[in-house]
Amino acid sequence: MSDTPLLQLRGITKTFGSVEALTDVEFEVNPGEVMALVGDNGAGKSTLVKCIAGTHTADHGHISFEGREVHINGPKDAARLGIEVVYQDLALCDNLDVVQNMFLGREINKFQVLNEAAMEYRTSETLKTLAVTTIKSVRQPVATLSGGQRQSVAVAKAVQWNSKLVILDEPTAALGVAQTEQVLALVRRLGERGLGVILISHNLHDIFETADRITVLRLGRSVAVFDRRSTTQQAVVEAITAGMPTKVAGVTQSHDEAQA
Amino acid sequence: MSTADVVGPDKAKPLEEEKLPGGLAGLWARSWLNIRTGNLGPLPIIIGQFAVVVLFGFTATNFFTSVNFVNLIDQSAGTAMLAFGVVFVLLLGEIDLSIGYLAGIGALVVAELQLPGSGHELNGLLAMLIAVAVCAAIGAFQGSIVAFVGVPSFVVTLGGFLIWQGVILNQLEQRGTIIIQDRWINYTDSYGFSPTAGWIIAVIASLLYPASILYKRVLARGTQIARVNLYGFAAKTIAIAVVAFGAVAIANHARVIKTVLGLPLSGVIVVFFFIALTFLAKWTTFGRHVYAVGGNAEAARRAGISVARIRVLVFAISGATAGIGGIIFAAQVNSVALTFPPGNLLLNAIAAAVIGGVSLFGGRGHVRGALLGAVLIGTLQNGLNTLSVSNGWIYIITGLVLLAAVTLDTFAVRLQARSGR
Repeated sequence: MSDTPLLQLRGITKTFGSVEALTDVEFEVNPGEVMALVGDNGAGKSTLVKCIAGTHTADHGHISFEGREVHINGPKDAARLGIEVVYQDLALCDNLDVVQNMFLGREINKFQVLNEAAMEYRTSETLKTLAVTTIKSVRQPVATLSGGQRQSVAVAKAVQWNSKLVILDEPTAALGVAQTEQVLALVRRLGERGLGVILISHNLHDIFETADRITVLRLGRSVAVFDRRSTTQQAVVEAITAGMPTKVAGVTQSHDEAQA
Repeated sequence: MSTADVVGPDKAKPLEEEKLPGGLAGLWARSWLNIRTGNLGPLPIIIGQFAVVVLFGFTATNFFTSVNFVNLIDQSAGTAMLAFGVVFVLLLGEIDLSIGYLAGIGALVVAELQLPGSGHELNGLLAMLIAVAVCAAIGAFQGSIVAFVGVPSFVVTLGGFLIWQGVILNQLEQRGTIIIQDRWINYTDSYGFSPTAGWIIAVIASLLYPASILYKRVLARGTQIARVNLYGFAAKTIAIAVVAFGAVAIANHARVIKTVLGLPLSGVIVVFFFIALTFLAKWTTFGRHVYAVGGNAEAARRAGISVARIRVLVFAISGATAGIGGIIFAAQVNSVALTFPPGNLLLNAIAAAVIGGVSLFGGRGHVRGALLGAVLIGTLQNGLNTLSVSNGWIYIITGLVLLAAVTLDTFAVRLQARSGR
């Protein structure tokens, strides 16, 4: 891992009217690192991601990318830096095939005439380098793919443009067990290829299987950064909920707290 | 096979169609697989067309004549032009109800501009160009309201429907009929090519499909789009050649008194736009973006496609094709009168596209559907006319065919969904 972080946020503050969505947030991702971003609903995860992706602009604070201070004022700025976002609802066109989706909006063309062959070659290449082996044909409509395959296509679409940082918003939320494994393996491979990955998830199990480090947001503040190898799920849950594990789904209430 | 790259050794079993053998056996196996899984393509409508032709051939005495064949082309041409525009609008998941009267505006503008002694008498070709441009501009304007203001296209074009009907009424109520004397304009629905010219056109039309496949095979070697079953390719090429040469042969045989009618220009115009618009829809970035916006507008927007621009352009295309169709209809009667547009032009055009398999919900369908649908509707109405069936029955039968086509399509889509293709 290199010394300069790929992306570093310092003192990010963002307010909507009188609501302070983000306060003095510190956040960083190193190249080749999978950084999980966790927090309860309303903790500011989406707002932070939108500030990185250019959908929102932070009110205060500094963003540096590859050691240089940058201003991200729109999605195009983010794309130019090599930041790609895979949204939860994937943004794929069901009626188009895999190749057509991969190049949507950036078709290889000459005088507006499509070069289908080049697009098909490159799609096969990209899927091969990402070891996406479950897609039978790159010419099948996305409507016929399973949830995991669709997620793989969405990720491949995001990383094929020499992107350096990929943000994945709840990539496994709608998937079954086997497909979740597929996608998590893909996420790890992205890190192994040297990309920075921001993984937003509610599923701590997924995060502990995939992430290198974990940043916890609570009420718009970054409250903790954990190294996955030297922490426990319990510690992360406590950071998320400020020591009140009763509010976390799946964690059973202890007897005395339930009485209180 | 390039898919070998993405198919892992022990992962996902290959698609059923990849196990199919090549050659003739493969062709049959593939066709059977397509039918079982509801990928019928244009098959039902072609069968329907055959059935209708055979039926009328036996029952209507004047149907199976070469002169009626030429008439049929002239009558279907205008509807087909409008239906081309409908395909693009439906691909977006929108609707354009104004095209019937927009066709009227096209006819009105062209008639006014060519009017001798009006002080602004123009050459017919220039008049037609201006008329089509006016219709395209009106379409773009209506499309802008849909795209930028966000009013549903149904409402915007319903407004257009009333407005352009009103404009035509205002113009023609006092004047009655405007006669079109310009030969160029009237040629669009009356000119027949000489027999030799007809044969040359048949040769060109027959070569286009094999040329496009060869182009793909050479330029896209090794990709899946270049994979063509040789027998299927040969069968399609021969079918297209038979249709092209057959049409020319019949048209060259058609005589009124002693004049040979020849291949009608209206048919050639329609085929020209069929090829050009198919190219636009399938081979260009614009066409790809139309399908994308119709499939998932939000995904298209996030991919950096200007959805508004696509919408405006599609409505402009719809306006332009309506204008061209209107000119062809006006040329059919050498005039524009209050009775314009003829019959149920708007509904026939939409029905043609829908019978041709274009989905009303966007993102699914082909330009060829408009052509096949318009020819089927034209044949039905022409045949029923030669049988002297009442207009009421003609409407009822057209409606039943539309219902049957859409029902079949719905079942096909359900089959496709179940078989996961």
